Amino acid sequence: MLDVPGWPGHLAGQHVDVRLTAEDGYQAQRSYSIASPPESERLELTIERIEDGEVSSYLVDDARPGDVFELRGPIGGYFAWHAGLDGALALIGGGSGVVPLVAMLRHRRAVGAQTDARLLLSARTLEDVLYREQLRDLRDSSVAIHLTLTRVSAAPADWSDAWTRRIDREMVAELGPAPGADARFYVCGPTPFVEEAARLLVGLGHDARSVRTERFGPTGG
Amino acid sequence: MAFTRGFHGRRRSDVDPARLPPGQYETNAFPVLSAGPTPHTPLEEWSFAIGGALGEARSWTWEEFTALPSETVTADIHCVTKWSKLDTSWKGVPVDVLLAGTEPRGRFAVAWCDGGYTTNLPLEDLTGGKAWVAYQYGGEPLAPEHGGPARLLVPRLYFWKSAKWLRGLNLADQDEPGFWESYGYHNRGDPWKEQRYWSD
Repeated sequence: MLDVPGWPGHLAGQHVDVRLTAEDGYQAQRSYSIASPPESERLELTIERIEDGEVSSYLVDDARPGDVFELRGPIGGYFAWHAGLDGALALIGGGSGVVPLVAMLRHRRAVGAQTDARLLLSARTLEDVLYREQLRDLRDSSVAIHLTLTRVSAAPADWSDAWTRRIDREMVAELGPAPGADARFYVCGPTPFVEEAARLLVGLGHDARSVRTERFGPTGG
Repeated sequence: MAFTRGFHGRRRSDVDPARLPPGQYETNAFPVLSAGPTPHTPLEEWSFAIGGALGEARSWTWEEFTALPSETVTADIHCVTKWSKLDTSWKGVPVDVLLAGTEPRGRFAVAWCDGGYTTNLPLEDLTGGKAWVAYQYGGEPLAPEHGGPARLLVPRLYFWKSAKWLRGLNLADQDEPGFWESYGYHNRGDPWKEQRYWSD
């Protein structure tokens, strides 16, 4: 959670650059998705600690409340959504790729939008699902949330309709809406996941122009 | 300059700092970034076109294109998302070859691609041995997720200018922002001047 004096506001889905500076002037910067909706007073970033990650390991292991960071943004206006856009909101997230998608769903709820919203989420285990409780709440309200767990053999008792395999055509078809319907797809995750999800969407007959992608991970955006 | 409490960083001793533009770090991976699904255009449907403000338009089939004089290029590439990859090896047709004998009337070009992506460049960054249309990477056909069948290669600019799935260049006498240039990224994108975003 960051207080950002003079923050100009952002759209759900955008990211920021965080820059760290050592005492000898050495700097390192990386991009992180914004998890908070535009309506939120503070800026919330969710950092996945990357093994040997220079910036993520500092932010996760060493940063403390009260620390000051250099921040730049918001960045990226294409992988972004706001409640004024028409069409269904169809989200596909892999691992920590769910972060910008959560910002979109939080924004939708914050402004009371009635937009048809759906999420297909892939994670290794239920414990790996970021924003698990918030997603449960969203699911109980009005968002169709589908979950697949790739490293478990049976669906957990408290999410009994979860699939237990890698993303496939059946899941993407189940997510909907049907090809031809007015919808905006946002796909975020590690590269192989994003490639596969986008390929499945186009294979089902969705217009490639309706599919926005963002890669996530130690070496991507 | 504001210091970050307790941050020391992990400087790598094996990277020549003169080869890394400001704010970049070296990776050995080849990350993939794109705004939409990867297009898969069959080679028999692929063509490459030069059009716009240059008199007579030209186009080539895949067979004709890969028969043009080509070069092998070793270059360092720099992505605006901060990674750099050194000594990458490509094979492709120099843009100089594609433009040889034409008389461009303007100073600008827009690269256009399968999937709808565009990026704008000054003609000056495309000519004089600075740019290629590459169809091999590391001695192999260029993989679709990295822009195959063919992509633009302009190592001197941030890598979003090296448009994937390239199908043509449109020359123009006026500069028109391309895809990322319309979404807040710098119009020119020189990594050595750290021209990442509009305000740089």
